[in-house]
Amino acid sequence: MQINKIIVLREGVNSTFQDLGRDNLYHIGLPFSGAMDKRNYLIANKLVGNKYNEAVIEFAYQGPLIKIENGNINFAITGNIKFSIKKNGKLINGDCYKTYYLSKNDEIDIISTNNSVYGYFAVSGGFELKKNFGSFSTTVRANVGANDGNKISKNENFFIKDFENKYINKSLKYINSKIEYIRILKGTNFDYFLEKSIKELTSKEFLVSKLSDRMGMRLQGPKIQNLKETNIRSEGLIKGAIQIPADGNPIIMLSDHGTIGGYPKIGVVISTDYDRLVQTPSGKKIKFKLIELKEAEKLYKLYQMETENLLSQI
Amino acid sequence: MIKNISNLGDAALYCDFGNDVDKKTNFKVIKYFENIKKQNIEGITNLTPSYNKLIISFDLNVVNFTELKKKIEDIKISENNIWQKQKIIKIPICCDDEFTLDIERLSSKLNLTKKEILEKYFNKEYFCYMTGFIAGMPFLGDIDKKIRLERLETPRVKVPKGAVGITEQFANIYTFESPGGWNILGSTPTKIFDQSNEKQPTLICPGDKVLFYEINKKEYFKINANK
Repeated sequence: MQINKIIVLREGVNSTFQDLGRDNLYHIGLPFSGAMDKRNYLIANKLVGNKYNEAVIEFAYQGPLIKIENGNINFAITGNIKFSIKKNGKLINGDCYKTYYLSKNDEIDIISTNNSVYGYFAVSGGFELKKNFGSFSTTVRANVGANDGNKISKNENFFIKDFENKYINKSLKYINSKIEYIRILKGTNFDYFLEKSIKELTSKEFLVSKLSDRMGMRLQGPKIQNLKETNIRSEGLIKGAIQIPADGNPIIMLSDHGTIGGYPKIGVVISTDYDRLVQTPSGKKIKFKLIELKEAEKLYKLYQMETENLLSQI
Repeated sequence: MIKNISNLGDAALYCDFGNDVDKKTNFKVIKYFENIKKQNIEGITNLTPSYNKLIISFDLNVVNFTELKKKIEDIKISENNIWQKQKIIKIPICCDDEFTLDIERLSSKLNLTKKEILEKYFNKEYFCYMTGFIAGMPFLGDIDKKIRLERLETPRVKVPKGAVGITEQFANIYTFESPGGWNILGSTPTKIFDQSNEKQPTLICPGDKVLFYEINKKEYFKINANK
């Protein structure tokens, strides 16, 4: 049997192995983790013929430079990504949502994300990795997951599981759409805040700060003023929860968030808008719109149907 | 026993057990947590117990808020015989100057000497209310009334792994390097969270009793080296 192996020549920014994440460990302090943009993660696996829970490489802003050290690979990249491929010494521009077959000494240079944050690199067969607590997802802060819970680093080798060296020729026509608003529901401490601040939260723009990562997205805009208490008794958090610390700058909890927090929650981003929220790069602005639970539930059904429809086209 | 259930976003239930932070309320939270966990209710993806709240996350593809709320409301839990399996865990702590990062702040704000603060800190049996924030971090209580102090005005960007801190009525252990604003008065060489032990990764669980005892620097590094 042939051994398929890649080497990382440049690690990129925050490149980690991710899958669907892990359940039922919040109570010991482990977040879901998993791919930030689940839709693009699922599409990546489907394109290369994998099961939906196979680990892929997630990268932020700039991806890794990868060389095929031995054997062959069949891969796809999803997101809004600029990348190039060096095949038999010839350089070509790569297209997202399309599979490619490469052999020994060929290279993939994931140059940057366009007006977005995360991208996904999936290979047929999947990477040879060890699961931790039932998942490959890397939670760097707790050293949990594949690759001993670490980010992918330069000069690391990874083996690729046997895929019978088959070129799976697949593609999908898909454009990552932008939405005008990030829709939210009222949080459990909604009434802690000044009416004027709530109006501002749902009408003004908020800038995504550079201090955003897989744990949380920090925003800057009109200061959200608290009428009651700036700290609450620490309690559980979920992804999408918008906390307002004493300084009035919102922090949205993302997939690697701390499981417990003590700041009041003004709102929660609806599940439907999470994939698109996390793709907003630092320096860009977002707007919020307050909606009701029933509407959020309906929107999620539609979003799910849309995702399933996309996957069925592959 | 749950006073109110509301939604936290579109994929979580927020179960409110009131505003009190005491063992009695926390017992109820943990009892619900254990009971719901055992029932393996379809769609539930996470349970997060805290002092007086329980958050239940669910998969919106499987169940929705109204349906799950009904199921949780129908659960009957008896009030008696509330606590059975309490472990007692002893944690060594070194309070050498190298580790007592905030002892001067504590000393001046509380008007107590280092010796008095540590005496009060060690001379107490603690109760674990919850674990979380970072993997395995225990929230322990209640500390002596005389050594209670608010968080640092400006939280540290990095609190070292193993640091032990206090704030308000609580004590904790930083199981990993992390940002944090608690008053640090020592460090433990004991590994609290072990990711390779998937069945029981946390040393301290909600409901456990915890005793701290003091060790010197030599003992500290000896345990640290054996890890």
